[in-house]
Amino acid sequence: MDFDLTPEQQALRQLARDFAQKEIAPVAAEYDEREEFPLPVFRKLGEVGILGMVFPPEYGGGGSDLLSLAIVTEELSVVDVPVGVSESVNGMVGSIITFFGTQQQKEEWLRPLGKGRILCSFGLTEPGAGSDSMALSTRADLEDGNWVINGTKSFITHAGTPMSGLIIIAAVTGGSKERKEISCILVPNGTPGYNLARPYRKVGWRSSDTREISFADCTVPESNLVGQRGKGFHQFMTVLDWGRIGIGAVAVGLARGCLELSLQHAQNRVQFGVTLCKHQAIQFKLAEMATNVEAARMMVHKAAYLQTVGRPFVKESSMAKLFASEVAVKTAEEGVQIHGGYGYIEEYPIARLYRNSKILTIGEGTSEVQKMVIARQLGC
Amino acid sequence: MNIVVCIKQVPDTAAEKKLNADLRLERTGIENIPNPFDEYAIEEALKVKEAKGGTVTALCMAPETGKEALRKAIAMGVEKAVLVTDPKLTGSDAWATSYVLSQAIKKLEFDLVLFGMQSTDATTGLVASGVAEFLGLPQHTYTGKLDVGDGQVTSQRQTEGGYDVVNSSTPAVVAVVKGINEPRYPSLKGIMQAKRTEITVWSLSDIGVDPSEVGTAGAKEKVVSFSPREPRKGGQVVQDEGDAATKIAEFLTFKKVL
Repeated sequence: MDFDLTPEQQALRQLARDFAQKEIAPVAAEYDEREEFPLPVFRKLGEVGILGMVFPPEYGGGGSDLLSLAIVTEELSVVDVPVGVSESVNGMVGSIITFFGTQQQKEEWLRPLGKGRILCSFGLTEPGAGSDSMALSTRADLEDGNWVINGTKSFITHAGTPMSGLIIIAAVTGGSKERKEISCILVPNGTPGYNLARPYRKVGWRSSDTREISFADCTVPESNLVGQRGKGFHQFMTVLDWGRIGIGAVAVGLARGCLELSLQHAQNRVQFGVTLCKHQAIQFKLAEMATNVEAARMMVHKAAYLQTVGRPFVKESSMAKLFASEVAVKTAEEGVQIHGGYGYIEEYPIARLYRNSKILTIGEGTSEVQKMVIARQLGC
Repeated sequence: MNIVVCIKQVPDTAAEKKLNADLRLERTGIENIPNPFDEYAIEEALKVKEAKGGTVTALCMAPETGKEALRKAIAMGVEKAVLVTDPKLTGSDAWATSYVLSQAIKKLEFDLVLFGMQSTDATTGLVASGVAEFLGLPQHTYTGKLDVGDGQVTSQRQTEGGYDVVNSSTPAVVAVVKGINEPRYPSLKGIMQAKRTEITVWSLSDIGVDPSEVGTAGAKEKVVSFSPREPRKGGQVVQDEGDAATKIAEFLTFKKVL
């Protein structure tokens, strides 16, 4: 068993780490305060090849595997979770085209995605369909060779940025109430009838563009069907299995960020005549945080490895997401506790990481949904 | 315009450094990184190549681990890489390093040889000049700006008061300072390319180097003793009697910060 990263993965990790320190760290708090998408950061991520890393090389992408994406996503998330999230989501959604798209869709979309020039969004969740994603009601009706789309999607990541190029939505294209036919439809940004609401005002992930979107007689050609008609739900669930590994990596990054900040604080802050690091209560907290970060990373990497070598990984990816996200929330909370009152002041980065943590146990499948998936995989 | 860029692997800047029983830097257990100054040399070489055409070759004298530094150079865009490695090189000083590198450079096609001005471990800043002397070439040191023309090169050599303008014919040796440019990131494509690019490996016999002239045996300098840095003393307190700003400015000028 070889736990080492390959030289290429180590180089990739160093690149992402250097990029995060140099390009993201100096501006993360500012974009968070302004609730503004950090466009210059994403343009540069595209230029160095990180944004397009999982897309096929024949379309200008990096051809990287899921483990490499997880490594990079962790490094970006240590510094700023919203950037890591977009990196992960973009790779996940774009892969729908790589694996299920027609040749024409690949030619049209994988090239700008592979070169990191555009972002793509994932349109599954609706106001009435969160964990119960099968309750979705957005319709796409085939009329005269076009899909006419009506409905609303909520909590959509990076659909309204200057780089946003397209969204792939899950829509009801037929069937009955009891047995819906769900398909994936590709909708380019700017299509008439595709409306973007204003971004939500969120507790955390403030520089991440998250908004409700709606479709009012939005019309796209029949050829915008991605994959097989009626297989949309299956296709979405497939990429969600990959996406859980990505969000797991985001969670590991945030937890590691909290650990590093807390360690630094504990090595400097003096109380009762010694640094906090000399107090056993703080030592124990840091030890537990570090152990959990290590365990979470190993679970994420194992799930990514299984996917890369073509073995079943649904159970492992759910476990990794469940564990890593709960570690992130707990580590952020302990991080604030170690910082004391300063941890509650925005000037201290730990406060932003604390705000960024909670949604990790909710988005991309809640902890409860992960447990349902795992239980089903166990045979219950 | 063919360029050779000489690069070095150094101990991680953040690592705690100790001297071993031979009064040499203890390198085992410490992570190695490419010398930060060399990234500016690599970037400058790539910029010249992009403007004038030609090939950039990275050259490194190191143990086998030197390949990591070379791969980073390839990931930045360097096309070829050469490692000179031999156990007899252990303990080499600046003189020996200059000699070995110049022997290797003689086997390569070049119009320019670029260096970072110094390394972050030994910080002698001597090797670029040493190589120029061994090769009988003009040298441009402390280069803050470089202009390459047909058969000639002009540089701005940074001084305490400003800069000198230095001009010479090519081939020439150029040592650059930090801040001459903004080094590019290795691209993802470059990292994958680095995996595929074969690194040429030369031993001392491949480049005609006499082993008795290098390593600990051939060292012209020897560390005889060392003492730890003095503990930090208290700072200087400036009382503001309406002239604090002036006093602080004078202090910063004295320290050559301003």
